[in-house]
Amino acid sequence: MSENIALVVMAIGLVFDLIGCIGLVRLPDVYNRLQASTKCVTLGTFLILIGVVIRFGFGSMGFKAILCLWFIAMTSPTAAHAIARGAHKAGFPLWSGSVGDRYAEDSRPGSDAPVATTPDRAEEVTP
Amino acid sequence: MTQVIMIGLMVCALLCLWRAWAGPTPADRTVSIDILGILMVGFCAVLTVETGRDLYMIVALSWSMLAFVGSLALAKRLEGKAYDE
Repeated sequence: MSENIALVVMAIGLVFDLIGCIGLVRLPDVYNRLQASTKCVTLGTFLILIGVVIRFGFGSMGFKAILCLWFIAMTSPTAAHAIARGAHKAGFPLWSGSVGDRYAEDSRPGSDAPVATTPDRAEEVTP
Repeated sequence: MTQVIMIGLMVCALLCLWRAWAGPTPADRTVSIDILGILMVGFCAVLTVETGRDLYMIVALSWSMLAFVGSLALAKRLEGKAYDE
């Protein structure tokens, strides 16, 4: 019974992987591709590893699967953020249909963008 | 059933490799190599279920760590800095 549940969960993960890779091929821009593929493929691999945990239980193999799952959940968004930041700083262009570039607006020197202070802390002190 | 999942993951990997081959900018190639690393972790997990051996899970764990370090190095390189900067 648990084998069938594990196979169904892994098949759902495969569907997410396929959607992410189709997004990687079809979307027009490096940032759009990064957005689509990273999120979908992370969730798909997550579900495949959860299938391994369901199949083998919490033994040695399930523990390794949980460790791998935690590591992927931590590192995959970090790597995607680093790649997007590097691509933006290297000046790769956005898609011609993009409606805004908030990162360039906020990081331009001399702009009067609101600096991220902590106003909530002051409200806590004076109720 | 696990064979079907493995074939589907191979199709995903081929799509990633197509993007790495045809990507117009170096950033596209970096993204596709990053995604390929995460996909291979899932492939090793499916191999674990297929064969029932403990070895492939260790391969998946170390592959995820190496893919993370490689992606960070490629992102640093993409930004125009040296690796140790």
